[in-house]
Formats: sequence, C-alpha cells, structure tokens
Amino acid sequence: MSNEQQIIESNLNKDYEYGFVTDIESETLPPGLNENVIRTISKKKDEPRWLLDWRLKSLKRWKKMKKPGWGKISYPEINYQSISYFSEPKKKQLSSLDEVDPQLLETYNKLGIPLDEQKMLNGIAVDAVFDSVSVATTFKDELKKAGVVFCSFSDAVKNYPKLIQKYLGTVIPSSDNYFAALNSAVFTDGSFVYIPKGVRCPMELSTYFRINEAKTGQFERTLIIADEGSHVSYLEGCTAPMRDENQLHAAVVELVAHKDATIKYSTVQNWYPGDPKTGKGGIYNFVTKRGTCLGQNSRISWTQVETGSAITWKYPSCILKGDNSVGEFYSVAVTNNFQQADTGTKMIHIGKNTKSTIISKGISAGKGQQTYRGEVKIMKNAENSRNFSQCDSILIGDKCGAHTFPYIEVKNPTAKMEHEATTSNIGEDQLFYCSQRGISIDDAVSMIVNGFCKEVFNELPMEFAVEATKLMEVTLEGSVG
Amino acid sequence: MLEIKNLHAKVENKFILNGINLNIKPGEIHAIMGKNGSGKSTLSNIITGKDGYEITQGDIKYKNESITEWNPEKRSLHGIFMSFQYPVVMPGVNNTYFLKAALNAKRKYNGQKELDAARFLKIIKEKLQDLKMDSSYLQRAVNDGFSGGEKKRNEILQMLTLEPSLSILDETDSGLDIDALKIISDGVNRYKSPDRSFLIITHYQRLLEYIEPDIVHVLIDGEIVKSGDKKLALKLEEKGYGWLEK
Repeated sequence: MSNEQQIIESNLNKDYEYGFVTDIESETLPPGLNENVIRTISKKKDEPRWLLDWRLKSLKRWKKMKKPGWGKISYPEINYQSISYFSEPKKKQLSSLDEVDPQLLETYNKLGIPLDEQKMLNGIAVDAVFDSVSVATTFKDELKKAGVVFCSFSDAVKNYPKLIQKYLGTVIPSSDNYFAALNSAVFTDGSFVYIPKGVRCPMELSTYFRINEAKTGQFERTLIIADEGSHVSYLEGCTAPMRDENQLHAAVVELVAHKDATIKYSTVQNWYPGDPKTGKGGIYNFVTKRGTCLGQNSRISWTQVETGSAITWKYPSCILKGDNSVGEFYSVAVTNNFQQADTGTKMIHIGKNTKSTIISKGISAGKGQQTYRGEVKIMKNAENSRNFSQCDSILIGDKCGAHTFPYIEVKNPTAKMEHEATTSNIGEDQLFYCSQRGISIDDAVSMIVNGFCKEVFNELPMEFAVEATKLMEVTLEGSVG
Repeated sequence: MLEIKNLHAKVENKFILNGINLNIKPGEIHAIMGKNGSGKSTLSNIITGKDGYEITQGDIKYKNESITEWNPEKRSLHGIFMSFQYPVVMPGVNNTYFLKAALNAKRKYNGQKELDAARFLKIIKEKLQDLKMDSSYLQRAVNDGFSGGEKKRNEILQMLTLEPSLSILDETDSGLDIDALKIISDGVNRYKSPDRSFLIITHYQRLLEYIEPDIVHVLIDGEIVKSGDKKLALKLEEKGYGWLEK
C-alpha cells in the first residue's frame, strides 16, 4: 500500500489553504487588558457613555470569573495580558468599494469572497469583518428598500442606539460565562441585523470573519433581531492566516425571534487548525451563541460546519419561550490531527408545545478528540414539549476519540423525548467496496463522510453546502492509511 | 484472462488456500462450487485484492500480468469486477453519484472523457430497464434499505455499467427468488462475449441452469479436487460433496 502512504505524505505536507498574511498597515493597540484599554476602544469607536459603562462592568465581572473547566479540552493557560485587543487597517470606514485598499480586496478574493456585484447575482449581502473593523458593507441600498438593517455593530451603535440598548446582552448577559464576559468588555465590531415586521429578507445575509493581525484576538459581536412575522437567513464563514502562536477568538452571537419570526443561522468555520504534525498554533475558538424564541410560533435554526480551529468550544442554543416555538441545531464537526472540539447545544423549553431537534454529526481522524455536549431542559410549564436528538460519530483511524454527553432534565410529565446515538468506524468493508469499484481511498472517504453528514448539509444554503463538502474533502484528505 | 498458479494463502496464520490452479480463458465461464468454509470467498477476495490475506506461494496473473502487488483500485480499473456476496451499505451516498464516480474513475484511468450527468443518466436508464429496476432506485442511498434481491440486482447493474473483462459473481444467487434469478441471469447472459470472462462462485447448481458454465470446479479445503463440465454440477446436486472428500 505504498501508494496510499504517498497520498498521506503529500497531504500531510499540504499547506493550510488560507494561510496567507495580508501586508496592510494597521493600527494595533499594545497588548494588555485593563480599564484604560477598554476606555480607548470605546473612545476610538466614539461610543455612548452607557456602552462604556456596560463594557467596564463586564470587565469587572470577568476579572472575578474563572475559565470553565468542564469542557473535554486541554490547552495551556492563556495570558490575556499578552493579547492586543484592537487592530484596524489604517485607512478605514469607506463608503464604496473603490475606496477599499486593493490589497484588502485581494485578500477577500483569495478567500473566494469577491465583494462585488457577483455576490448580488448570488443574492448575498456581505458584511466583512477584517480583524476588528467592518470594512465594507454591500447591498445596503437594496436591503434598505426592504427596510432591513444590516450593518456593522459600530454603525448600529451610532445609528440605532435604542435597538442596541434594548437588546444587547438580553440573550447572553455579560455574566453568562467567562468568554462572554470577556467579549462584552472588549468586543470591537461585528454585525447587526434588524428585520422589520412581516418582512422576508430578500437575500441571504453573509459575514466573513478573518483574523489577520498577529497576536490579536477577535472579539466580535453579532445581534440579530427578527420582528414579528419576519424571516432571515444569515451565513457566517470564518478563516484565519497561519501563525505559530495561538490566537484567541471569543465571539458572542445573540438572536431574538419575535412572534411568527424565523431566523436561520449557518456557520462554516475554517479557522487555522494548527500545524498538522506538531499541533503548534491554531485558533482557540470560544464562542457563545444563543437565540431566544421570544414570541409564539417563532423558530430559530442553527446549522454549523466546524472543520477548523485548534480548539472549538461552542454550544449554539435556543431558549424556547414562546408557545409553539421551534429550535433546531444541525451540526457537523470535524477534528483531525491535533484538533479538539467540545460542541453541542442547549434547548431550553419554557413555552407550551415547544419543539426542538438536534442532529449532531462528529467526525474524528488523526489524533482528533471530539465531544458532543448537549442539554435539553423541559421546564415546568412547557406542556407537550418534544425533543428529538440524534448524535452520530464516525472514527477514522485508531488514535482519535469521540465522546457524547447528553444532559436531559424534564420537569413536565407531558414531555416527549427521543435520543439516538451511534458511533462507528469508517468500515474497511465500505472502503474495500469503493476501491473494488475503482474509487480512490480519498474519494471514498469523502463520499462516506459526506453521506454521513447529508442530513446537516441539506440544511445549508446551496452555496454553503458546496463549500462545506469541499472543506470536508480538504480536511480529511489522506486520513485513512 | 485469469491464470492462477499454485496459490497458497492464509488469514491470521490459518491456511485457507492450499495450491489453487485455475486458468480462465477469454469468453469462458467457470464455476466454483464448494461447501461453506471451503475457501470460495477467500479466493474471490484474494483475486480482487482485499486486505488481510497473505499469499505465501504461487501467483495470480490477469491478462498476462502478475497482479498480486496491485491494490484493489488498480485491479478494478483494469477490469476485474466482483459482485459481492454481501453488498455494503453506504448511508447517505446516493446511488447515482456512486455509480457515476465509479464509471468516471474508470474512464479517467483509460484516458476517456468523464461523462456529465445527463449522458450518464441516459446510459444508466437503459441498464435499469434491462434489469427491470425502478428508476426511483437512483435516488436511494447505496444498498441502504435494499432487499436481498435489490442488492444483488444493484451489483449486476454496476457490472453492466463498468463493463469489466473479468466478473466474479460471489454467491450472487443466494437470497434470490426465482424471478430475480432469471432477471439477473438474463443480464449476465446478454453481457457475455468472446472477450469477457466469468468466475461464478456458488453453493448450488440452480444458478448454473440459467448461466451455463464451460467448466465447473469443486473446491474442498482450499484445493480444487475435481474439474469437469456442467454435468459435474448436476452430480454434486445429486450426490453432495461427500464422495469427493478424502
């Protein structure tokens, strides 16, 4: 089988495809975290007093908190004083694409996200976050016609202060957890979406995050509000350049769905996973994502494809407050080489007739370790609530691991719960069957894995589904020997 | 087409094949009959290159080339096909997609242009009709939820699509009702040609009533103890294997 060995060798030597650094002059705060840094960030962003106070309060809380120790992940202590909390390209805040630094645009092109009219044909509006500042927002006008607000978080603070003040931290209070508190103190930018009553957002909204500057953490914040009877689909894609040091990413995403509203939030995360041979470097991805189904018949759906990062720690969750509201979580997570992921969801049923679905697909290869951690809670008044959970894991090779921790708490006897879990190896039989039909090992693995993930990929918007399929191929190439 | 000389092979230190000799010429149909554990499936697995078997002596030549060092993929791409005794389920992998990937892998290997979806579908629909298979089958996942008969038809469909030179039918008749057996046999008989060979592995002579073999071999304890024409199969049916055992 020397042929397969060669494939493995060549793939081990394969570079992280997005591992380039853009040489743009940027203004970066010296490393360190204290009140003055927060004041500087707030001042640079010209923020109102209440927001500064909120940040400072969050910092105080964070200082008293301890990092969560329950995740099945291990990593060296993070020195928060050695991180720079703000970085922005020097020429910034431009109104049209022509003014954007051509090198920056080049970066986006390398990422395959041209910020141009092509996107319009695809019906996608993009708000790109490059390091910490939102660079250009496209299709604002068309969205404006529909009454949809889609802008950088900083702009929203300036232009829609009332909405921000009303909703910020209502789904994820700054005291929620260690990383959410940190984010609340130092967040630099992010995206804001407001869909007015009865409006169906005319296009998919998309944000691309990319960490460029060395030693900067990225702390973005996303807030999406879907007013009564509205509908929005939001896509988030992430990449980062290759660096030796670990970079921290601690984002917060809050969703609010009012009566009869639907929010669909899709993520394809492909941060740099670290050196495949040594495990050095890579992104630490500590993210808090949660949505509240506030009104009756509202619906929040999370779909995530997590192929990158050295460490992934995230649990996109739904609080089902409104009667008949629906929460969904569809996840594919891949851990290869030295990657670790502890991910899952929480479904909190509060309202009557609430329904939640959890489909989690984990794929471990190399020395990757992966944990599904999910909590389903049926509260006392949640009559006739239902949950269906399915957690499947595939192992490739014998050095990786898959772990499942479902927590179930039921306080109402009318609840219906179903939980299914499977763990399997990519079978030698399946691989032999494919190769007996002339299909190469790599193609066979990608075929089997994609088949395994199909239920989740089906939830992704078409364009993302194609990207996700490709990502899986790249991530798992040569993982079978 | 296929020439096996003095083949000895073992699995986990147990000898399963003890000096097999077999010579299948182009256009010939050979049948290998034997009881469970006689080494029939080992032989087909070794010809197709499955992992876990160790050849300790002898050689396998296909079209005059020794193939023992080839991986399964290469053997397939060169035209060796096996209809599996237990076709493997691939959840979520669309049948059309699987067949197209297999066919295009072969076309690519042979320097032919890969087929696009439309042309592929046209080809596949004809073959479906030949095997009296419903086109809804194309939307289903490979062998997932298939009945025994459907699985075996699927194997033959793959054979007709990939157009191999040497087809090994490993207990294709097991678990088939008489109608399915006829349909599959018709498919194989139509596919027969002077430059294509078959190795049929079976317990019973039932299949051989429909697909007529040129030579029948009896395998006992990893050795071919007797070869003859199709009458041998009938004799086995009548008398069992006892009279051939040492």
